Amino acid sequence: MSALAIAGVWKFYGDFPALRDISFTVEPGACVALLGRNGAGKTTLLKILAGLSRPAKGRVTLFGQDASERSARASIGVLGHGIGIYDELSAIEILRLFVNLYGLHHPERKAMEWLERTGLERVKDGLVREFSRGMRQRLAVARAFLHSPRVLLLDEPFTALDDRAIAVLQTVLREALAEGRTVLMSTHQLREALELAMHVALINRGKLAFTGERTREMADDPGWIYRNYGEA
Amino acid sequence: MRKNILIAGGAIAALLLARNIWVILTQLPDEKFQGAIFRIIFFHVPAAFTCFLCFLASLIAGLAYLKSKKLNYDAFGVSVVEVGLAFGAVNLLTGMIWARIIWGIWWTWDWRLTSMLICWLLYAGYLVLRRAIDEPTERARMSAVMSVLNFSVVPFVFFSIKWFRTQHPQPVLFGEGKMDSGYRAMLYGNWVPILIVAAILIAVRYVQEKQQREIDALRREAHMI
Amino acid sequence: MQFLRQTLTVTAKDLRSELRTKEAVNASLSFALVILILFSFAFDPTSETTREIAGGLLWLVFAFAGVLILNRSFARELANDCLETLVSSPVPGSALFVGKSLANYALLIAIEVVCLPVFGVFYNVTWWSRPWELAMVLALTTWGLTVVGTLFSALTVNLRLREVMLPMLVYPALIPCLMAAMQLTTTLVAGEPIAGDQWAWVRLLAGFDIIFTSLAVLLIDAVLIG
Repeated sequence: MSALAIAGVWKFYGDFPALRDISFTVEPGACVALLGRNGAGKTTLLKILAGLSRPAKGRVTLFGQDASERSARASIGVLGHGIGIYDELSAIEILRLFVNLYGLHHPERKAMEWLERTGLERVKDGLVREFSRGMRQRLAVARAFLHSPRVLLLDEPFTALDDRAIAVLQTVLREALAEGRTVLMSTHQLREALELAMHVALINRGKLAFTGERTREMADDPGWIYRNYGEA
Repeated sequence: MRKNILIAGGAIAALLLARNIWVILTQLPDEKFQGAIFRIIFFHVPAAFTCFLCFLASLIAGLAYLKSKKLNYDAFGVSVVEVGLAFGAVNLLTGMIWARIIWGIWWTWDWRLTSMLICWLLYAGYLVLRRAIDEPTERARMSAVMSVLNFSVVPFVFFSIKWFRTQHPQPVLFGEGKMDSGYRAMLYGNWVPILIVAAILIAVRYVQEKQQREIDALRREAHMI
Repeated sequence: MQFLRQTLTVTAKDLRSELRTKEAVNASLSFALVILILFSFAFDPTSETTREIAGGLLWLVFAFAGVLILNRSFARELANDCLETLVSSPVPGSALFVGKSLANYALLIAIEVVCLPVFGVFYNVTWWSRPWELAMVLALTTWGLTVVGTLFSALTVNLRLREVMLPMLVYPALIPCLMAAMQLTTTLVAGEPIAGDQWAWVRLLAGFDIIFTSLAVLLIDAVLIG
């Protein structure tokens, strides 16, 4: 069974098709880099996968379950543009909150475990608004991963991160992939993404222009794929 | 073809209205207590009926959109609300003119007029909401939800204001007694041309809304290039 | 019971956030106080007529001040895209809605309870003469305000000029509920019990609450998911 099966998905804004007949599958354990220019439709597709909007036509399934069902939501972890944490709460309060929302047991233990994994255990009672950008990103990673999601959806996760945060994120992603989880990330930072991603999907003007394995040309010259399959 | 139907409908409505106005002004006698101004009721009441029929249509359009996500229901929804508001305004204005002539004051807090005013504000809010949302699909979704909410409030508005007003003595705006059959025939008779006018206005607005949507999509497409 | 746990988690989060920053509560209380004072210039607080409209004044104050809290309800989720994070979690829209409504309800009741004695002092009304019936009116009306206000807060969260849009859209819809409360409160504050046909107002409040809670729970997913 595929981790993600996207079949004939269309999305309209009014009469304008933002996504046209997108179909591809992602196998469990794969890491896919979703590429495309601004406005191509990457965020629109990720929103549909995350259950934030419904496709006008077509179907998205997560391990066989329809993506719009509540039960499918528990299998995904989302890290979007906005990192999804509350400025006025403390690190541990936020993680406890999400443990409760996801219906997991032992909120205190789980929260501490992930604070340690992201190096934030010393600031567990600090309010998020006092954190640096890198610390917030690490906390967001903890939030996205703590319910052990089978599929991870990341929207431009490396944007504006410092070295330490990038390292933490890459480590956590590698561990997740080693555990057999599936990762789909949309990104402009081709170099960091292509270090991890074995597969690439390119969206151009709402259509799927390319989907397949990462090749040597792509890894050596990230612009290659845009030149050959997208518009330069 | 569609244009011809609209023009034909307009002609029929114009003829009926002309005939009705002639009858109203010349044939029907003055009402005993109210005099000539009584005749305004033949526009005042059908306008209210039409207004609420339009609001009911907007409820149905909203539910249909939420079920099917077809944007044509949204186009229909905005058309009926706009036309409904127009006829609601006619009802309010004719009511105010009547009150000015009979009572010497522009506004009385009569329960029917007050309820109409509140419903008018409710649906004016619908149009303001639409103005604030640029993206057509989101606009359609939010408008549909609001049209369901608005129509659900309407019965509450009527009941609460009616109870409120009947607890305080108020001048009765229209005699609750029976109307002469001659009058009643004209009341219902005038409703027909008014409904036809409403239908034509709705159709014109609907077509305009669909064309606007097409233009917006083309503009988006052009920006992508 | 997953639903209950999720709902109460959302309520606790909202209350914790609000009590830590106190932004909305402070604004709301100050605003209520200012309006009470302003009304005292418009109406002579000692006259008999003012006592007749006391119920109406009180609910105007609650409605105006309450909208500030209700506006914040979904607006607090906008920073850092927290709303998207919540909607993409397994929490059903109805749990999110009910959780937020409960938090708003608690905050609104707290503001009302603080305003009542202030009102009694400034306008020389005895509001404690029929406490249980007054509590019932407060409870029912505030839930009506909360449910409609929270739903409109969700509807307007992504709009331009949200702070202006919410009051404009919500007040006409609240008129039946406020009207019932005004009628009942004026009677109770004058020391009289709720008489025979006045119970119709209580039934209207209950009906309003039930219908709009059900509608809101049914419609919330359409509002949150694109």
